[in-house]
Amino acid sequence: MVNKIWAFFIVVGIIFFLTTGDLETLNYEILNSAKNSFEMVTKIFPVMALWLGIMNIAKVSGLLNKISNILSPILGKLFPEIPKGHESLSLIASNIVVNMFGLGNAATPFGLKAMKSLQLLNKKKNTASRSMITFLIINTSGVTLIPTTVISLRMMYQSKHPTEIVLACILATTISTICAITIDYLITRRR
Amino acid sequence: MFKIISNLIIPLMVLGIVIYGIRQRVNVYDVFIEGAKESFEMVISLFPCMLAMIFGINLFLKSNALNYFLNLLKPFFSYLNIPLEIIPMAIMRPISGSSSLAILNNLFQEYGPDSFIGRVGSVIQGSTETTFYVLTLYFGSVGIKKIRHALWVGLLVDLIGILVSIIIVGLFFQ
Repeated sequence: MVNKIWAFFIVVGIIFFLTTGDLETLNYEILNSAKNSFEMVTKIFPVMALWLGIMNIAKVSGLLNKISNILSPILGKLFPEIPKGHESLSLIASNIVVNMFGLGNAATPFGLKAMKSLQLLNKKKNTASRSMITFLIINTSGVTLIPTTVISLRMMYQSKHPTEIVLACILATTISTICAITIDYLITRRR
Repeated sequence: MFKIISNLIIPLMVLGIVIYGIRQRVNVYDVFIEGAKESFEMVISLFPCMLAMIFGINLFLKSNALNYFLNLLKPFFSYLNIPLEIIPMAIMRPISGSSSLAILNNLFQEYGPDSFIGRVGSVIQGSTETTFYVLTLYFGSVGIKKIRHALWVGLLVDLIGILVSIIIVGLFFQ
């Protein structure tokens, strides 16, 4: 499906550009994407190195295992395929917790580590496992409780109550996450 | 209040982890470096996925194709009583976090953050995720090609989140 969407973006994009006749922008955009993505990677790289370092301390000291043991009653239900006390559970938990506070950049390394650790348990290496899908569906449903970027943008535009939307956000997030878990559960159960 | 809490979480996490490590007699410095080394490998596997994604999304966004599709969908949204101004942002949100934030910025400029549109935009931005970005990044980093139902469920949930945001703002702030 990603295949088709990616092709769709490129084909439709280029055809639309051709109809407008703005070939200079088209050429610029094609070459510029490479530069943009490199800049993005260089932005993430240092943050990732830092967090992977900190996380390794948590892992070696046994803190991650401890967290995952505490959370395993809840996470065990959501991820029945992961063996109890496996490090991926604590990585998933850390990713979700950090995301909840609206710290997306700090959450990404935990999430990528979690995927790596789930991949070790995965039997078909090119196909997403059930646990991976559940994890990412929860992640993409948005688990942010405090949308820091939105609040600061609202402040910038002199909102009278910049934080008044927090409760609405929490409610919307909760509902969509519950829907996500339910839909995923229904699909995997049917198979 | 919220700002203080979210500003405290990272320092406290770092502090807690380092203290716990010392108490367990871990060589925290060596272990940190060992962990940080992993980032090279991770970044190298990430770059091609990011490049592909940004390439596709940029071409599509800059080509104005989105406006064309929006015009096709207009009657449908006005039938559902969904404010049309919010649609471009709602569509961009799963694809690119920075573009939807840029659109939100424009909405604030035009209608103000405390208008209905401003609030709906805030809640959408705050309560959903960039599904495309997360899926390509996370699956790409471990080399997974077949993602099964992850994408369509992710997008469906985004749609639910957007509709819920509109309904909630309608109920909360009338």
